[in-house]
Amino acid sequence: MDLKEKLVSSFLAFENHADLDGPIHDIRTEAIKTFETEGFPSKKEEAWKYTSLNSILKHDYSVFPKQENAIEYSDVKKYFINDIDTYNIVFIDGKFASHLSQTTHDGLDVCLMSAALTKPKYRLIIENYFNKVATKDSITSLNTAFTQEGAYIHIPKNTLVNKPIQIIHFSTGSEVALMQQPRNLIVVDENSHVQIIERHQSLTDNPVLTNSVTEIFGNKRAIVDYYKIQNDNVNASLIDSTFVNQKRESHISVHTFSFGGKLTRNNLNFYQNGEHMDSTLNGITIIGDKQHVDHNTLVHHIEPNCESHQDYKGIFNDSATGVFNGKVVVNKEAQKTNAFQSNNNILLSDKATINSKPQLEIFADDVKCSHGCTIGQLDDSAMFYLRSRGIPEKEAKALLMYAFANNVLESVKIPELKKRINKLIATKLGVNIGFDL
Amino acid sequence: MLKINNLHASVEDKSILKGINLEVKAGEVHAIMGPNGSGKSTLASVIAGKEEYEVTDGNILLYGEDIEELAAEERAHKGVFLSFQYPVEIPGVSVTNFIKTAINANRKAKGLEDMPAKDMLKMIREKSELLEIDRKFLSRSLNQGFSGGEKKRNEIFQMAMLEPKLAILDETDSGLDIDALRIVANGVNKLKSKDNAVILITHYQRLLDYIKPDFVHVLYNGRIVKSGTAALAHELEEKGYDWIKEEVNA
Repeated sequence: MDLKEKLVSSFLAFENHADLDGPIHDIRTEAIKTFETEGFPSKKEEAWKYTSLNSILKHDYSVFPKQENAIEYSDVKKYFINDIDTYNIVFIDGKFASHLSQTTHDGLDVCLMSAALTKPKYRLIIENYFNKVATKDSITSLNTAFTQEGAYIHIPKNTLVNKPIQIIHFSTGSEVALMQQPRNLIVVDENSHVQIIERHQSLTDNPVLTNSVTEIFGNKRAIVDYYKIQNDNVNASLIDSTFVNQKRESHISVHTFSFGGKLTRNNLNFYQNGEHMDSTLNGITIIGDKQHVDHNTLVHHIEPNCESHQDYKGIFNDSATGVFNGKVVVNKEAQKTNAFQSNNNILLSDKATINSKPQLEIFADDVKCSHGCTIGQLDDSAMFYLRSRGIPEKEAKALLMYAFANNVLESVKIPELKKRINKLIATKLGVNIGFDL
Repeated sequence: MLKINNLHASVEDKSILKGINLEVKAGEVHAIMGPNGSGKSTLASVIAGKEEYEVTDGNILLYGEDIEELAAEERAHKGVFLSFQYPVEIPGVSVTNFIKTAINANRKAKGLEDMPAKDMLKMIREKSELLEIDRKFLSRSLNQGFSGGEKKRNEIFQMAMLEPKLAILDETDSGLDIDALRIVANGVNKLKSKDNAVILITHYQRLLDYIKPDFVHVLYNGRIVKSGTAALAHELEEKGYDWIKEEVNA
């Protein structure tokens, strides 16, 4: 039985297990139909032209792990931003791990999707927001069909959340191969501010496939900074679909740091429903071996006087492959839009590949839209300059790569996270720079 | 200290240096002058070890050792320093962090531990005062948005910190106003000692009013065609390079 058949046939059992009368029963049923009809995306689809899922779909994934697996905090501490106080929502093989988590209902809700889907007090939020911005494409529908667990975050109005929220998914490798489908819902009300860090981490080399969907709603004047750390093991793959719905005067940023994993696909979609807001989509990708990272972004400018900024940097070594497919749509009504997009890449090896494709669809006539894409190698004169100061070749390369990625790093607003990312980059480049940038 | 014998070098099969002979002893200041395109900057880059240049004949001896096979960083570890005509911008890396990295890389190559932070700070303070550099400058990204004068001053600051045996200053005077020129020259003069040597590459006599050379060489068409004392520089300033070209071509 292939993975699609396995998933479709296990749906009934899954729904029987869940609350049949729940408000999302219809949504789930609709979603599995979509997936059943369309199946996994293939390279025949324009949006998946450069990313084939074939190699990761062949494993016999366990879709509902039975065992409860415990991990000691001391064994996984290093995957947390652990030098500051944070809320934590932690999952082990898809199941909530209360002993590693710090949730709250005190003035804000930082808790579980499973609770939000079943408890009456969350019903209104679920009805108003769940699956409202997520698209109905087949891979998102697959996640929707199996929606059960994930992070539920609701920040009521006028709330400045005083510590970042970490969402961490561990997979223990107790299954030969594991598929997980976390579903996150984040609702930030008027004048509120929250910072969120998300990470998927497999603890062994057993294959893991994560099909994650996150919906983010930023209401009037909300500020949301969302950071994704993707530095997983060699056999862990991630399809991350994140949908952002913004209201007027909100500021929402998503940073994606892709340093590891076998195959990573990021579908990041912003919808601007209101005026005077900005959206920021930043990314740093540093990969090697045969790793593959695909950034597929969409910013939809619907109303006037808004901005969007996209800045993606990629460094590709060995036979690594990268994709950047950045789409900006400016509606006819969205006058005075400022939309900027840049994608800069360095190829360190002759075998590395990047496919970069900007797509601008502009229907308004009074807008400023720019896009730029570069693909190059490290600058020889810059290398000579550094080496002539006594800095060895490897360190000199690393310094230039830091410099290359710097403006994205600079925009990380949590200092401890920035430090961590610096460290991850240094490890990735195999150097010890000896100072924090 | 430095002995260059019959040096031929080319870039992308284009021959640029065509038989350079030059000896520089510790404690000396040599000026290399010459018209545009004569090979001055190439000579500087070849000594410092730029990979794009291929030495096709002859050799460069540093303290008697042929350095042809050494990488740029290894030459730096042996005391070679090049002040760049066009220093490279490194966003996100501050002047201070850059110089720390460079100093510790040089120490590591010599088998020494990293310089203690306290000593480093003290040294940075002393050397930045010498070049009239203020603290704010040190925390800026290396060369990014620097004026021409700031870039050159920063080059000499790095030289002061790294304390090279052989410093090659490639057109350090170009783009400098008279005040910056005075500060830079003053810095170089203070760093001069009987143990180190300086090669000044310049178009103009102007810099030589501030840093007195022991020898002046004229490079033309890939060869040193005339050598003399400081008086030669004055003569060039007065008469230009045409008479040299005529002499050579005759």
